[in-house]
Amino acid sequence: MSKKNVELRIKELQTNVATVKDLQLSFGRLITETWTEKMGPTPFPNVLDLREWDHKLLQRYKPLYMPQSDVCDLCTMGKCDLTAGKKGACGIDIATQQSRLALLTACIGAACHTAHSRHLLEHLIEKYGPRYPINVGGINVEVEAPITRLVTGIRPKTISDFEEALDYLENQLTHLLASIHTGQEASNIDFESKVLHAGMLDHVGLEIGDIAQIATFGFPKADPDAPLVEIGGGVVETQKPVILCIGHNVATAVEIVDYLKANNQFEEVEVCGLCCTAQDVARYDSRTKIIGPISWQLRFIRSGMADVIVVDEQCVRVDTFTEAQKINTPVIATLDKISLNLPNRTKDAPDQVITDLVDGKIPGVLITDPAKAGEIAVKTAIQMAPKRQKFKSIPDVADVIESAKKCTVCQECRRACPQDLVIPEAIKVAGEGNLNQLAELYEDCIGCGRCEYVCPVAIPPHTFILKAAEAQIKQEKYKIQAGRGAIQDTEIRNVGSPIVLGEIPGVVGFVGCSNYPHGRRDVAEMVATFANRRYIVVTSGCAAMSSAMYKNEEGQTVYEAFPKGFEAGGIVNVGSCVANSHIAGAAIKIASIFAKRNLRGNYEEIADYILNRVGAVGVAWGAYAQKAFSIGSGCWRLGVPVIVGPHGTKYKRMLLGRKEREEDWYAYDARTGDRVFVGPAPEHLFFAAETKEEAMVMIAKLCIRANDTTKGRAIKLTHYIDLHKRLYGVLPDDIHMFVRTLADVPITMKDEIIRILDEKKWVEGRIPDPTLLARMIRKKKEEA
Amino acid sequence: MATAEPWQRAEIAGPTKAFVIPKPDVFVAMVKRAKRPILIAGHKVVEVTEGEPYIDSIIRIAKAANMPLVATAHTVGEFIKRGFQPTAWMPAVDITSRLEDPSWKGFDGMGQYDLAIFTGIPYYMEWLMLSALKHFAPNLKTISLDRFYQPQASWSFPNVSLKDWKTYLETIGNQLEVK
Repeated sequence: MSKKNVELRIKELQTNVATVKDLQLSFGRLITETWTEKMGPTPFPNVLDLREWDHKLLQRYKPLYMPQSDVCDLCTMGKCDLTAGKKGACGIDIATQQSRLALLTACIGAACHTAHSRHLLEHLIEKYGPRYPINVGGINVEVEAPITRLVTGIRPKTISDFEEALDYLENQLTHLLASIHTGQEASNIDFESKVLHAGMLDHVGLEIGDIAQIATFGFPKADPDAPLVEIGGGVVETQKPVILCIGHNVATAVEIVDYLKANNQFEEVEVCGLCCTAQDVARYDSRTKIIGPISWQLRFIRSGMADVIVVDEQCVRVDTFTEAQKINTPVIATLDKISLNLPNRTKDAPDQVITDLVDGKIPGVLITDPAKAGEIAVKTAIQMAPKRQKFKSIPDVADVIESAKKCTVCQECRRACPQDLVIPEAIKVAGEGNLNQLAELYEDCIGCGRCEYVCPVAIPPHTFILKAAEAQIKQEKYKIQAGRGAIQDTEIRNVGSPIVLGEIPGVVGFVGCSNYPHGRRDVAEMVATFANRRYIVVTSGCAAMSSAMYKNEEGQTVYEAFPKGFEAGGIVNVGSCVANSHIAGAAIKIASIFAKRNLRGNYEEIADYILNRVGAVGVAWGAYAQKAFSIGSGCWRLGVPVIVGPHGTKYKRMLLGRKEREEDWYAYDARTGDRVFVGPAPEHLFFAAETKEEAMVMIAKLCIRANDTTKGRAIKLTHYIDLHKRLYGVLPDDIHMFVRTLADVPITMKDEIIRILDEKKWVEGRIPDPTLLARMIRKKKEEA
Repeated sequence: MATAEPWQRAEIAGPTKAFVIPKPDVFVAMVKRAKRPILIAGHKVVEVTEGEPYIDSIIRIAKAANMPLVATAHTVGEFIKRGFQPTAWMPAVDITSRLEDPSWKGFDGMGQYDLAIFTGIPYYMEWLMLSALKHFAPNLKTISLDRFYQPQASWSFPNVSLKDWKTYLETIGNQLEVK
């Protein structure tokens, strides 16, 4: 490990030659090496170090650009019309512009996670000291930081060891951002390589944040038995003062819990949260409540339940403060990223700040000291609760009906709705006294509120939907497993072989946000489907929450109905957005622990291993954020395909393979050096599905890998073909592309598949030891 | 309501917008004039947001124009249930990437298509598919055969009522069946 900026001061040094006084030596970096693993070729890779690997991926998985805007307006020579071959004033074309915007998106996401981790780490070092040891799973986790090890080549022992990695991330992100400036990068493929670089950096940032908080806050440590936590709009005990925490950085929420505990007030005050702060504070204390994902923000705030709202960072609605004022609830902003033009009262005495908030002299404050913000939040909530009386901004039924009568069915609300919900007709019927149609819109509504900004007669449809669905929301009481963090090394040892051989058909991570095309039930259904098929299912973030918000016939959520281990048929909630690092980390650990590949600074080899051997797929069904894009980018570079829902096309570019182009699907056989056809496995790296049915079939298909054993391939094909038949009503038309030898054919489908192979004039191939890297060939093919 | 504005108000792309198809006859003329048209039908031909499924109208149009039909998402089974075998089925993003590839020879190996007609894909998604083709498939004309104006197509119907649209589909079927 290494230490930065070490200073050595010697007051007086006597030697045979001379006496030296007041000697001061500074070291830029002091390396105290205890890790014996050989350093790989790319520790701390710069923007160009993995470019060759990226280009191999991009040769196979070509970008499909779908511009949202035909113009570029990033400089004052514009706007420039880039439509269909036209170039801008700087010479840029639309493909390069799209890849440039993709890099910008990835940089925003990666910067968010890096800055989040930087803030958290600085706070934790101040609170717990720089030498606080890293422990993410005790003796069960020896490879504690697989991504950091892989990318940087350092093995962190204490939380301050991460500082060097964060310096690296900040440095690289600056270089990437610089390349977006006008007159810099001119190749869309090199922009795409930089997107992948940003994604890789993002994963390091994620890992640092989650490991630091697991270690210091005592979150579940790779614990399959992490407790169940209450989740849903109906779980909040509204007779108590309620503190609502929104965002992703749990530092202040932890201080709220600590303050309550220290003052024996925990039972008197309800602490709940939205989005990933909720997930993380539930990892800290499982008695806290999770309301739900990001799309629940507006609906919960308007319900009036919160007596104080604490915002930290990321995915916090920008109108939170305005909405809070409508329900007379003070807002406490806690970070530089979201300051809301509120007065910074961090240095003031807490009691004075509380008095000003409770008396209504100020509607909110900025408090950047987490401990102080925690105390102010608790005391303010307790004093505000009797004054507010849960004042809400949702009208009574009579008011809804009366207001709905004004509707002219002009369609503007529907035309503003990202889901194209048939709102006008529901409003019209509401005006006749029937709110049922409005209630039916609740499940599909993503809670954005856009319908309310366009109504010419000032009807607020979203609010009316909430009123109509009020009873339904009160019944939202579910259980989710608290985020358990890392996957144990022992779990990896147990499943490594069946995953790599293909006998466990795949690892499917359901991650990301809640911009679903048809509500949360789709995610819950997909999670259950793949767990039932004995895939390993991993969840995180908003998708983990949505998965919990649906019960089976026995009244159980997926977290109650399925095993909790990282095992075939298990469902594992790793935690918040930053805990996504453990999903990528598990894939890396399979290469490291099971296959014993060197990890240290050895990115390309590990990514090559994962691409060809580890049947892992990420599904971000409701991805909306730049962060989701950067997380996805990190997966692509690592060789893990990502599927998004139809709204995910708005990321404006896919990475698609072309299965019929035989020349794209060759790899080296590491045993002989031969170039061998390996088939389209996996077929795509970034894919948007139109429907959940299409997504499910594609999940099964993208788990197929070049290295599958015949038994493994037969199992994977069984799932792919069976899902296709069930959901599409026909056999897939590309089975022949995935059958290498007759032993790959699922025994129960043999007759019909053999018939297809005959029709397609299929020729038997071979199963190589696949790699895209020439340097991995063990025996060079002799020249003829 | 027959305006040439994007159905979803914010879906404004840039200077080049779809020409408005004023009446079904124009659509029929374009299909008849095309040398190699293709029809791409998404899941909303069955799972409609409002009104009745219109998959039967699409089958009728495909048959009448003797056009290849690609079913996207999981829709292929619905066509087969009705006794119609689509030329192919593949995801919307996959058919888009092939349509913009000048080296792709089509499902019959006879070369690029010159007219792609889209219907039944979610509005915002179809908008993006059409955008890709507008920019990267210079030799391909696109038409949106949906109820709502799609500015990224080469040609699109304006926003029309359910009743009018039903009449349009009926008229198109009738006219295409006249050889």
